[in-house]
Amino acid sequence: MAATVGIVVFPGSNCEHDVAEAVTRLGATARLVFHKETSLAGADAVVLPGGFAHGDALRPGAIARFSPVMAAVEAFAAEGGPVVGICNGFQVLCEAGLLPGALQKNRGLAFLCQEVELVTVSERSALTADVPSGTCLRVPINHFEGCYTAAPEVLAGLHERDQVVVRYADNPNGSAGDIAGVSNEAGNVVGLMPHPERASHELLGSEDGNVLLTALLKSAGRPAAALR
Amino acid sequence: MTDRPLARSLGLTDDEVDRIEAVLERDPNHLELAMFSVMWSEHCSYKSSSIHLGRLPTEAPHVLVGPGEGAGIVDCGGGVALAVRIESHNHPSAIEPYQGAATGVGGILRDIFSMGARPIAVMDPLRFGPLDDPRSRWIAEGVVAGISGYGNAVGVPTVGGELQVDPCYAGNPLVNVLALGLLPVERLVLGRASGVGNLAVLLGSTTGRDGIGGVSVLASAGFSADEEVEAAKRPNVQVGDPFEEKRLIEACLELLERGLAVGVQDLGGAGLTCATSETASKGGAGMDVWVAAVPQREPGMLPVEVMTSESQERMLAIVTPDDLAAVLDLADRWDVRATVVGEVTGTGRLRILDRQAGEVLADVPAASLEEDKPQYARPRQPPADRADRLADDPARLPLPTDCGPDLLALLAHPSIADTTWVHRQYDSQLFLNTVVAPGADAAVLRLKAPGVPAADGSKGIALTTDGNGRWCSLDPRQGTAMVVVEAALNIATAGARPLCLVNNLNFGNPEHPEVMWQLSEAIDGMAEACLALDLPVVGGNVSLYNESQGRDIDPTPIVGVVGLIDELDVPPPAVELVEGGVLVLLGGRADRAASVAGSLWADHLHGHRSGQLSPLDLARAARLGRLLVELVADGLVFGAHDVSDGGLGVCLAELCIASGLGARVIEVADASTLFSEAGGRVVVCADGDGAAAGIARRALAAGVSHQILGTVEGASLAVEDLVSVPVLELDAAWRGALPSLLR
Repeated sequence: MAATVGIVVFPGSNCEHDVAEAVTRLGATARLVFHKETSLAGADAVVLPGGFAHGDALRPGAIARFSPVMAAVEAFAAEGGPVVGICNGFQVLCEAGLLPGALQKNRGLAFLCQEVELVTVSERSALTADVPSGTCLRVPINHFEGCYTAAPEVLAGLHERDQVVVRYADNPNGSAGDIAGVSNEAGNVVGLMPHPERASHELLGSEDGNVLLTALLKSAGRPAAALR
Repeated sequence: MTDRPLARSLGLTDDEVDRIEAVLERDPNHLELAMFSVMWSEHCSYKSSSIHLGRLPTEAPHVLVGPGEGAGIVDCGGGVALAVRIESHNHPSAIEPYQGAATGVGGILRDIFSMGARPIAVMDPLRFGPLDDPRSRWIAEGVVAGISGYGNAVGVPTVGGELQVDPCYAGNPLVNVLALGLLPVERLVLGRASGVGNLAVLLGSTTGRDGIGGVSVLASAGFSADEEVEAAKRPNVQVGDPFEEKRLIEACLELLERGLAVGVQDLGGAGLTCATSETASKGGAGMDVWVAAVPQREPGMLPVEVMTSESQERMLAIVTPDDLAAVLDLADRWDVRATVVGEVTGTGRLRILDRQAGEVLADVPAASLEEDKPQYARPRQPPADRADRLADDPARLPLPTDCGPDLLALLAHPSIADTTWVHRQYDSQLFLNTVVAPGADAAVLRLKAPGVPAADGSKGIALTTDGNGRWCSLDPRQGTAMVVVEAALNIATAGARPLCLVNNLNFGNPEHPEVMWQLSEAIDGMAEACLALDLPVVGGNVSLYNESQGRDIDPTPIVGVVGLIDELDVPPPAVELVEGGVLVLLGGRADRAASVAGSLWADHLHGHRSGQLSPLDLARAARLGRLLVELVADGLVFGAHDVSDGGLGVCLAELCIASGLGARVIEVADASTLFSEAGGRVVVCADGDGAAAGIARRALAAGVSHQILGTVEGASLAVEDLVSVPVLELDAAWRGALPSLLR
């Protein structure tokens, strides 16, 4: 049975339709979940898409973590359900404490919309399950606040516990350790700054994002223990 | 007795006050004067240009809505229509670059979604003064940051634009913005207020004291040398909030999707006065507006401030009393403020009341603000030095024997150099439509949008903006025609058939007869080119008073052209070369000497801005356009680039840079020919000798002159007897220029 992907729509989100299009093309069913809802209505996986939730007021993600739907997202994550935050969604997951670290303004203090080369690191996260470590993927970034940062001991822990999911081959924004995406300890909650959905069709210049989205769909419906 | 000094301070002439008195058959009060002053401002009324604009061709079977509405709308087939509009925010951007540019984006998007279309693309043609001047740099950086900050956050991709630099824009930059949206044909709505008793619901932001008189004080007057006077205009610039606009987009599209509005109108220039009078007069109705009901940002606002404020992110929806509850619910879901501020009446009058059933503060015929506006046949006269300029032929300029240094200098000119510094600050990819990104001759998008049922097949659109003040200052008529040809060929190289054109006519002070002559000539040139190229004009904007310290800008009509690609299965040819390729020039020959009049080479390297433009053959350009579409559809074109700023030399260099491949070119007559900007020419790259010969045969059969220029080979651009420069050196000059100038 096709996996159902719940895509959370905050006011100011703007990549929800793109994620829906990309996962639908891979055979999944996409369902938009408005931020005022309190249930994920049977989703097998959850995506927090890119955009500017609540206008990035205060800090990106700072207000979105208080949206009613986030309690349901946290409960879903706690049960081991796959949750992926893309770009602004990554920022929301960090603010919500579901992922370690924070995203600061890019080194160079400019918005960057460009294709980057990613290298997969972990083979067990919801977004990279069964993707051989070291796989190179061309995927666009599109952010102002994408410089990943965390305390030194947190960074060391990420590497020790295989929580670095993808890194940049050529660091565009100053992220610590070239980190482009991380997971929680269990591997079921993942955040990344690049947009896999923007590399999902041959006419868009790259289909490499489908490697990550396909892994997510496989993770959906798989028992959480299998991710560990 | 009308307060004439007050009227003059609002920008009204004494003649216009007489006219208002005649319309009202009494003296206007302060509020009424203010309402007329904004509606009859140059910006809103087109009073200097409207008698000329009628000469533009506007009709075609696929045009659903032509000029005069929020946006032009054309039918793309399969139940999908496309809305497109271009606007300027020149004066606000000169005073406050970030907010000026940001609110320019916001304003044009409202024109698109007020008609039920989902905005899917923005383009920004920009003109600045030289970037080694700190003030021009501050303006350029602020404008780009404003477009980035607003456009990215509002969730509409910026898919292209232009950046050109010339000293004439130092005191008065041009910030034009084009927006395009898609809608299901049956969702098309127009800003109409009909049905007596229907309610006027104001959606979005509160109304503040920002932007009061923006259209009259700011947009309809030039800049002086008095810094204090100019600094005092800053409060006339509005402040944008992309998050408010994003919610407004979603709420309004849902409103129209569910059929909950009779009409929707954006609040832009002239604020509530414009929105209420236009919806009422177009609907053949009247309207009462209750000032106290309008949510106000601060206490103590006067009715005149409320009625002329240009606070951003506001829309007016006309809804039936039965639907009001549903509308308020919908707005609440998106956290959008929604307030009933008036009602439609059958009187044909626009009445401003202090509150419902309260005191009448203003009472004017709704249609008078629009229909009785003055129209001026302002004096026109060619510039006094025209004959001298035409006679001063650049053939006298010294031609280099080695053109390499000149070519490198042109590649490093900000009007030609790589614009990655600009466009990587823009989200150019949202909606997964962008097949060809900014920096190419035309952006190419898949024809689809959220909430719009997919068109049949795999259609695409190509979209470009073009303008060239240098050509137009020599000859506004032919220069404008060349601009239209360039835009049409840009979309043709992407394999797109012409669909429509929008224009933004940026000119100087219309009270100068030379400027009015330029405007009139430019409109004629545009009309001739549009007729030849099958391009109906579906909308436009006129921006006058682009002057500073008494000096008018070069005439700078900017056009946006949209084309339709029937089958977008593979990416169209890019600006690139392929190994083993053969270069073919279409639309002209390079083995015959051509003039550098009007070229960037003559201007930038010799300060020469005179002479007569090379003749333009519109019929041949039209044949070339059709030929290109066929060649692309048949898969024969592996790379393409139009010949424009910098001539054939820059065109070839950019093809080499983009692909990292060299080329060997023979039989270019001389340096003048290498840098000539004669219009209507394109270089294509064929996949080998046989394919090039095939293209040459097709060109011959189509009546398009052509020349096989040479081959893709080596690591240098080598033009026999003229140029030999390693591609890496070309690349460094082209790529390094903007990052070294801008932060």
